[in-house]
Amino acid sequence: MIDIKHVSVRINHKPVLTNINLHIPSGKVTALLGPNGAGKSTLLKSLSQEVQLDAGKITLNDRPLQDFDRLELAKHLAVLPQHASLTFPFAVHEVVAMGLYPLTLSSKQGMELVDEQLSRLALTSLKYRSYPTLSGGEKQRVQLARVLTQLQQAQRPPVLLLDEPTSALDLAQQHRVLSLAKELAHQHNYAVVVVLHDLNQASRYGDNLVILERGQIVSQGPARTTLTPQTIKQVWQYEPQIVNAPGCETPLLF
Amino acid sequence: MENRAWLWPSILTFLVITCLLSIVTGPLQIAPLTSFNAVLNWATHLELGAVAPHEQLVINNVRLPRTLLAMTVGATLAQCGAVMQGLFRNPLADPGIIGVSSGAALGAAICIVLFPGSGEYSVAFGAFIAGLITTLVVYRLASSSSGTSVVLLLLSGVAIAALAGAGIGLLTYLADDMALRDLTLWQMGSIAGAQWQYVTLSLLALLLISWQFYRSSKALNALLLGEAEARHLGVEVDKLKFKLIFLCAVGVGISVAATGIIGFIGLVVPHIVRMIIGPDHKRLLPISAVLGAIILALADVGARSLVAPSELPVGLVTAMLGAPFFIFMLLKQKNRLI
Repeated sequence: MIDIKHVSVRINHKPVLTNINLHIPSGKVTALLGPNGAGKSTLLKSLSQEVQLDAGKITLNDRPLQDFDRLELAKHLAVLPQHASLTFPFAVHEVVAMGLYPLTLSSKQGMELVDEQLSRLALTSLKYRSYPTLSGGEKQRVQLARVLTQLQQAQRPPVLLLDEPTSALDLAQQHRVLSLAKELAHQHNYAVVVVLHDLNQASRYGDNLVILERGQIVSQGPARTTLTPQTIKQVWQYEPQIVNAPGCETPLLF
Repeated sequence: MENRAWLWPSILTFLVITCLLSIVTGPLQIAPLTSFNAVLNWATHLELGAVAPHEQLVINNVRLPRTLLAMTVGATLAQCGAVMQGLFRNPLADPGIIGVSSGAALGAAICIVLFPGSGEYSVAFGAFIAGLITTLVVYRLASSSSGTSVVLLLLSGVAIAALAGAGIGLLTYLADDMALRDLTLWQMGSIAGAQWQYVTLSLLALLLISWQFYRSSKALNALLLGEAEARHLGVEVDKLKFKLIFLCAVGVGISVAATGIIGFIGLVVPHIVRMIIGPDHKRLLPISAVLGAIILALADVGARSLVAPSELPVGLVTAMLGAPFFIFMLLKQKNRLI
């Protein structure tokens, strides 16, 4: 799916990512973890071509990312922003319809697709509501519906990038968004990459955890092997309490 | 969803009524039916209705170009306002308020004073070039990755208008009597001197910008999400921004060359249209064009009637109506601005 080979990025002459090698498969949730300034968001931005690589290359289905034109890439790779504000009072269905931009559909097919995504995210009752009047969680769901609309004509498994998707959400909404991300990966074969701060959420929803420190990958793999007390202490300078709660597949960290 | 099937028929009817009202209004009394016949005669080059030669002359050479110029300039300014608001992601952007009209007026003034006799088209070209430079400067000054700052946008407009005002002041000092009259006219904004060549030029500009703006309406909607989000949707953001800035400069430059600075049409019209049909550019742009045409033509009728038999510059009328509206919008945004 996505292969990152020897990627280095500098921003204002400062190295932000150094020699990153990573394989992102479809059908799995890859969680990017690390303290502030570790390079998580820059890695996500290099996948969406928002930053220039200093060295190395990124390929999507064995094809270098820079060989895609913007519209073609948009059909296969979408980004859910942390929060998207809109100055003008678009209705919810109009915001979701913005996801039709890269697609070639008749307006009737487009409207059907928008309705489908609205119902998938339980937004049908909000269809005509003005976007700026929605709560943070509702706005995030609308943006997710827009992003999923964008990926509906992908020929191969689509890539969904989520940049701290839970930062503005309450507890229930956080779990709803991450459950959906997991469902998209496991049931619809999406390659999901998510930047997270909460290690427990990463351990619960991530299949492959990638821990970054000062622009380098220090550990990657499933939660049991990556979220060890030693790694957490080394990367976050924090000694966690680890509890193996009954009924939980993964240990809880405090 | 609300049924808005009534919108196009009613707004087009209103446009036709405004057009007739504008043709009928003036110091020479011409009956509505005679005016209508005169327009038919003009359009068909036949003598379909009985019209006195002097009345036909007034309709052909004064009222028709004036009405058509008011309508094309109104439609152009309203669309340029709507597009600038989308581009700046800010409902307070307007070619007049952010200084683009002042910059274009300086360009026109330079042509008329320093290159006299170079013809109307060179004046339009000067206004376009100066409008383009001004838009790029304002955009640079007020933009950051998170959008545009209202405060920076308005202050840039003040600074540009002051600079352009100083330039025009200097040119006024250097100008001969003929150029002086034209310069004064520009700064006030007037459609009184409407000539057919400007009607043709502004109509061509209107057709070009309407077609291109409409083609960009989906991308403009996406741009409102933010530049990064628009890129993720597949929009070539830099190309789009350059294209829209270029087209706005064409529209505003030619409008300013033809009529001088007419403010607030670009601010008020898209705002009213958004309240009725929402902010989707696919509907906003064409409806704003028609409403802009109606409002500027009506303002010109007002300019001719309020102090008849004399007349006011139309820029004064639009400012009297638009400035309170601008203050109202500032008050509405007050909490976000501070």
